[in-house]
Amino acid sequence: MNKPLLGLLLGGLLGILDGLSAWFTPEVRSQMVPIVIGSTVKGLLAGVLIGLFARKVVSVPLVVGFGLVIALLLAWGIAAMPDASGNHYYLQIMLPGGILGMIVGFATARYGRPPRPAPARA
Amino acid sequence: MRPLPDATLDRLRDAFEAPDLDHPRYRAIERIGRGGMGTVYLAEDLELGRRVALKVLHPGDAGAVERLREEARVLARLEHPGIVPIHDVGTLADGRVFYVMQWVRGRRLDEHVRDTASRGDRLRLFVRLCDAVAFAHAQGIVHRDLKPANVMVGAFGEVYVMDWGLARVAGTIDRRDLRLRPEGTDPGPRVASDRAERRAADPTSSLLTRDGQVVGTPAYMPPEQAAGGAAAADARADVWALGAILRFLLTGVAPGVAPGARQPRALEAIASKAMASNPEARYAGARDMAEDVARWLDGEPVLAHREGLLEKAARVASRHRVAIALVGAYVAARVVLFFAGRG
Repeated sequence: MNKPLLGLLLGGLLGILDGLSAWFTPEVRSQMVPIVIGSTVKGLLAGVLIGLFARKVVSVPLVVGFGLVIALLLAWGIAAMPDASGNHYYLQIMLPGGILGMIVGFATARYGRPPRPAPARA
Repeated sequence: MRPLPDATLDRLRDAFEAPDLDHPRYRAIERIGRGGMGTVYLAEDLELGRRVALKVLHPGDAGAVERLREEARVLARLEHPGIVPIHDVGTLADGRVFYVMQWVRGRRLDEHVRDTASRGDRLRLFVRLCDAVAFAHAQGIVHRDLKPANVMVGAFGEVYVMDWGLARVAGTIDRRDLRLRPEGTDPGPRVASDRAERRAADPTSSLLTRDGQVVGTPAYMPPEQAAGGAAAADARADVWALGAILRFLLTGVAPGVAPGARQPRALEAIASKAMASNPEARYAGARDMAEDVARWLDGEPVLAHREGLLEKAARVASRHRVAIALVGAYVAARVVLFFAGRG
C-alpha cells in the first residue's frame, strides 16, 4: 500500500471514530450525522495530503509536524462554523484533530510503500 | 639482580627494532602500533602522495617472515569495506619484510566505546563488525584473535577488522601453537621482568608471548582454542570472541570482570549463546549472530531467548512507543474535554 492510500484510509477511519466520539457530548448528540460526515471528509483530505507529503519527505518528525499543521488548519475550518445556537468548539475540535493528524503523519512516515526510485538517465 | 623496569625495556626494544626505512617509495613518519609479529608505522607513500600504514616485521624473527607474507595474502583475499585493504608487500633495506595497508583514521573499538553512550550505536557497530567477520568466514578465513583492540572505528562510524596475523585459511596446515600457556609453564627462554605481573593482571592484553610470538588473548579466546591448539579453532572460535566483544560493548568491561548495570535479557542471551562452552551450541556463524542482534535493534524477538508475556509486552510497547504515546495523548485529550464539558 502506498503512502497516500495509507493516509487516505487511516485518516478516514480515524475521522469516523473521532466524529463518533461526539456522542459523549450531549449538546451536539442531535447533530451526529453531519459531525461524522464532516470529520470523515476532514480525515480523508488530511490523510491524503499527509500521505503525499510523506512520499516526498523522508523524515518522521517533519511528516508528523506537517500532519499536525494540516489537521489543525482543517479542524479550524470546521470549528469556525458555529452550531445552531451560535457556539464555536475550537478546542473540542482542534485539539483531538491535531493529535489525529500527528498519528496519520507518523503512520505514513513509518509505513506504506515509498515511491520507486526513478530510473537513472544516461 | 633487579630486573629492568618496563619503560627502560620498551626504550631498548624500540631502539633495537627501529627499521631502516630508507625505502624509495615509503617514508616512515611515526610509530602508531605494535603487535605480536610486527610494528606499524604511519608512512608517506611518496609515489602516490598519500599516507599509509606500514607494518614491519620484528627483527630477529626469521620464522615470522612467511607468517607476515601469509597475513598479507589473507588481507589481499579479503576485499570488504570492513577489512582494511592491503596495497603493497616488500622488503626493506635491512632485509625486513613489510606490507603496506590503508591508514585508518580512527580509534580502537575499546577507546571508541568510552565516548559512545548509546547502546544502539554500539550494537550497530557490532553488527558491522560481524558482517566483516562473516565475509572472512565465507572466504574460508578464521581470524582467531578478535578483540576490541583489533577493531578500528573510523571517523564516520566505519568498522575495520585489523591484525590478521593469527588468521587461518581453511584447508591449510597451521603449525603455530595457539594454546594458552600459563606464564609459569611456558617453555623456552623468556625475559624476566615486571611485565609478567602485568600480563597476569590484564587478560585482555596480547602480551602472552613465547619468544616474542603472540599466541592469543585470554579474555577473548574460546576454551577449545585455549586448550586444544590451532586445529580446534574454526569459525565458531570467532563467534565466541564476538560474544566476548558484545559483552564488552554492553558492559564496558572485559569478559570475566563483574559488570555494573544489568543488561537486557535478550542481549545477554545472545552473548551467552555465542560464548557457549560447546561450539555446537553457539551460532553457526557471525552472520547468524549479527542477524539476532539486528532483530533486537529492530524491536523483534531474538532467537537466543524465549521471552515471557511481560517481556513481550514491554518489547512491543518499546517498539511502538511513539504511536502508543500519540494514541494515549488523543484518548487523554478526549477524556479531559469530556470532563471539562460536563463541568
